[in-house]
Amino acid sequence: MLRNYIKMSLKVLRRRPFFTFISLFAIGFTLTVLTTSAALIDHTLAPMPPETMLDRTLGIYYASAKGETIRVNSHPGYKLLDRCLYDLPGAEMVTVFSSASPVNSFLDGRKIESHLKRTDGTYWQVMHFDFLEGHPYAEDDDRNANFVAVINARTRREFFGNAAAVGKTIEADGQHFRVTGVVADVPSYRDNPFADIWVPLGTAKNHNYRSEYLGGFTGLILAKNQSAFPDIRREFQTRISQIDLADLEVPGIAVLSVRPETYAEAASRRILGTPIETTRSGYLIALFAGLMVLFMLLPTISLININVSRILERASEIGVRKAFGASKFTLVAQFVTENVILTLLGGTLAFIASWGILAIFTHVGVVPYAQFSPNLRIFAAALALALFFGVFSGVYPAWKMSRMHPVDALRGTTL
Amino acid sequence: MISLKNVEKVYRTEEIETLALSGINLEIEEGEFVSVMGPSGSGKSTLFNVIGLLDEPSKGSVLLAGESIQGLPDREQARIRNRQVGFIFQTFHLISDLDVIDNVEIPLLYRHLSSSERRSRALRALERVGLASRVRHFPSQLSGGQQQRVAIARAIVGQPRILLADEPTGNLDSQMGEEIMKILMGLNEDEKATIVMVTHDARLAEKTERIVRLFDGRQVN
Repeated sequence: MLRNYIKMSLKVLRRRPFFTFISLFAIGFTLTVLTTSAALIDHTLAPMPPETMLDRTLGIYYASAKGETIRVNSHPGYKLLDRCLYDLPGAEMVTVFSSASPVNSFLDGRKIESHLKRTDGTYWQVMHFDFLEGHPYAEDDDRNANFVAVINARTRREFFGNAAAVGKTIEADGQHFRVTGVVADVPSYRDNPFADIWVPLGTAKNHNYRSEYLGGFTGLILAKNQSAFPDIRREFQTRISQIDLADLEVPGIAVLSVRPETYAEAASRRILGTPIETTRSGYLIALFAGLMVLFMLLPTISLININVSRILERASEIGVRKAFGASKFTLVAQFVTENVILTLLGGTLAFIASWGILAIFTHVGVVPYAQFSPNLRIFAAALALALFFGVFSGVYPAWKMSRMHPVDALRGTTL
Repeated sequence: MISLKNVEKVYRTEEIETLALSGINLEIEEGEFVSVMGPSGSGKSTLFNVIGLLDEPSKGSVLLAGESIQGLPDREQARIRNRQVGFIFQTFHLISDLDVIDNVEIPLLYRHLSSSERRSRALRALERVGLASRVRHFPSQLSGGQQQRVAIARAIVGQPRILLADEPTGNLDSQMGEEIMKILMGLNEDEKATIVMVTHDARLAEKTERIVRLFDGRQVN
């Protein structure tokens, strides 16, 4: 049966090359945009090296402090994380690190602009970087404020050309660090791992940050598993509520809102601007799904129109199939299958086109260090989109065709 | 085999009501070859459609092989058409995109048969009408007579108990018409198929066992 449907579908495609071109163009274009968008979203939000354990990671990315006349929205400060993050029930590891801040280096009269991140030693266990040479620094390096650094491939190239970097010294932000390791470049949209140079927290020029509740830091909690999230959140909130707000560096604060968030929740909050207390990742998923459906609507209507206009062309076939035993349901299944085959064909073209577009994005360097490449998830997304599109645009014409009266169909009259 | 009792068919539009069949009482026995004659607009095709479950009567009852077909759900009607009835149309109604064997297989697609079983049954049906050598041809590559033979193969491939032929020779020259008639008579004699044939051609009708005449939607025997 399916073979017959496929054969029929290919014949129908060949029958009217212009209609087929229009249909495939609409489907292909729509799915190319959607598959490329899905790939970009995937590269931004999905677990991938070095953030391979995002699915069981909670982050403290944001703190909101409100008073009668003041409102501060920022990253949390080191002191807040230091007080509330450690020894949480269900947590396997925690790490604290600064935001990547721009720094300048000077080499042979040449200025090198980089982003520098200060981290604890556990950072390298929570993140799984791809080390091209050497190794990360350890917890002791942070504790002892050793001037060591991990740099990325781009920084190695800037400082040492193609030579090895481990054991050599670099200057950044007026400080000198001995390189212990070199990692592959990480794109700038991955906030947690992104930097050009990573150095221990203890090497900071001053230690004022240790007394600040607000600003400049991020904390990550690697839970033993996702089921530990509620306990972690509960205990974290208890600790937050125990902070004396008068101790905050900003006076007049009445409410301090901080919440351990999943990466998707944090993205949802940033994109939608929802309050931290009520942000859920489902909102973002709903937004993306809604936008996708909206984007699909126009080509879907166009495809429905084309399919409906072809009913008359296929009237005799519908009549014959009905006369020889096809029920309405069977005909709906046939026409939807045919439409799905058409959209899968468009989906395949779209997947290839998206592959090309992503390769161009990577080559041109639209986002620094980004390596956009298709993966199984994106392939699955493209397949799912094509199937959804196929069913979405196929059901109505199929239902309309199946309702044709056999006598009218055999006579070739319209509905 | 086929029993029509007081069948009436009315086509209604907003402005006009047309009585296509009225007071039709007809009993056709198993293995009988009956022709239906009448001028254009006499209701022949409507009768054909009603017997073949392609259209429902407005009044009266229709029984096929003892089964009442009134008010059956779409799925059940489709099952009866698939199992009990084979159609032969004046304009053949072959699907131009499918080759001969795929056209013949169509009724078998709606049964739970393996593709090899479908293929072998379709080949047997094509052999029966003398077209086994044309299985990979497309309808447009065949003559009118050959196309009608493919249509007959399609009608008999599922071994239905009733064959309904609507002007099966209407689009053919007399020689090809004779050939088609021979095949139909052979099916009736050898396989005891019950055949109802709508025709204008008195010469062909006289070859059948019984002639049902219609005029203005009524039986006039």
